[in-house]
Amino acid sequence: MAHAHESNVKRIWMVFGLLSVITIIEVALGIIKPEALHLHGPGTSWLNWIFIILTLAKAYYITWTFMHMEGEKKWFRRSVVWTAVFLIVYLVTLLLIEGGYLYETLSPLVKW
Amino acid sequence: MEANIAIPSESKETWNGGGVKPFGASYGKMMMWFFIVSDALTFSGFLAAYGLTRFKFIDSWPIADEVFTHIPFIHGEYPMYYVAFMTFILIFSSVTMVLAVDAGHKMQKSKVAWYMFATIIGGLIFVGSQAWEWNTFIKGSYGAVKTTDGKILQFVKDGKQIALSDFVVDARVDGREQHTRKNGLWFEKEGTISEYSVAQVVNAYKANSDVQVRTELIDLDKKQKTILSREEGLDRLLKGKMVVEGANLKVNEYGNTIFADFFFFITGFHGFHVFSGIVINIIIFFNVILGTYEKRGHYEMVEKVGLYWHFVDLVWVFVFTFFYLV
Repeated sequence: MAHAHESNVKRIWMVFGLLSVITIIEVALGIIKPEALHLHGPGTSWLNWIFIILTLAKAYYITWTFMHMEGEKKWFRRSVVWTAVFLIVYLVTLLLIEGGYLYETLSPLVKW
Repeated sequence: MEANIAIPSESKETWNGGGVKPFGASYGKMMMWFFIVSDALTFSGFLAAYGLTRFKFIDSWPIADEVFTHIPFIHGEYPMYYVAFMTFILIFSSVTMVLAVDAGHKMQKSKVAWYMFATIIGGLIFVGSQAWEWNTFIKGSYGAVKTTDGKILQFVKDGKQIALSDFVVDARVDGREQHTRKNGLWFEKEGTISEYSVAQVVNAYKANSDVQVRTELIDLDKKQKTILSREEGLDRLLKGKMVVEGANLKVNEYGNTIFADFFFFITGFHGFHVFSGIVINIIIFFNVILGTYEKRGHYEMVEKVGLYWHFVDLVWVFVFTFFYLV
């Protein structure tokens, strides 16, 4: 493998710094919960969108750098990433729609 | 390739597919990746089911930072900090793992061994933290009353949740004793009974005019649980069926029982992955020390195990978001 012998130590620490910063931002937002972000937003709150986007960014860096996906052949990478992403997005979309439907149908029947 | 048949390979070559490398990846590495894909689908199945259930009960789901508020050895409420610490530990052990892989490419045996060792320690700290988190969750911190229609009632004073022991005085008064093999039918026993009876809690509520009842229902404008007036609270309390302390698969003082079920199931399944990752890391660690890979001429085994370890970290990133943050 061509990529096998180059050293990536500096890049590894850079990515660690980046992942740490993202985690710190997430935790800080989770503790402070600024009202403007927490109580408003499309679909769910802005805060939740920020969390989801930051999580995907973390997942990208872990897969690409730590798991060294960037060094694999293009179609090997795609056979893994496209398969997983497609199936997960599909499943999550259907189940969340179903969950919303269950709420609309059942919650009027619950007496609080 | 000469023909479309399996190439008979010498036994030595079994684990690298007889030298055939589609996509330039060895047999072992490729299969590790495809295993990770299937495992990722398992985890996303769990998390998607969690999402469905949460959407179904969107107006009464427990608020995570009111549930996970403790740090070992320190009293008081510190939401998020401990899970954040656990996340850091796991990310850091991922870093030492990738450094081990990097050192392996350069054939630096002792460096690989030390980085593997650090990774194992990180994993142990994480699993230990998770055990502590489970213990805290199972024991519970406040206690609540469950009504005949399955709702959980918690108690607040000045808007902050208080424990049953903060306003219920005296020990259990209804004379109910825990049934053990020693004091009753020897062939039967029962689970731990609660510290107080429902009647006792109701009386204490009547006696303390500053205590209020909080229901599971979320005020969606404020994203906070609804606090009832004194009269309404008493009304609900009179429907009380049992006193709940802590959480298990049947009852949950924090709210919806299925929240506890998902918590045990998803973090448990992840914790089991961490545990098996530690065991595999230990095996590889000893192989490194014994010089197995030095003799083999490459450290690819460390790389494959590293893939699994990073995957465990990757899953935690998602569990952390969807269980604790969102």
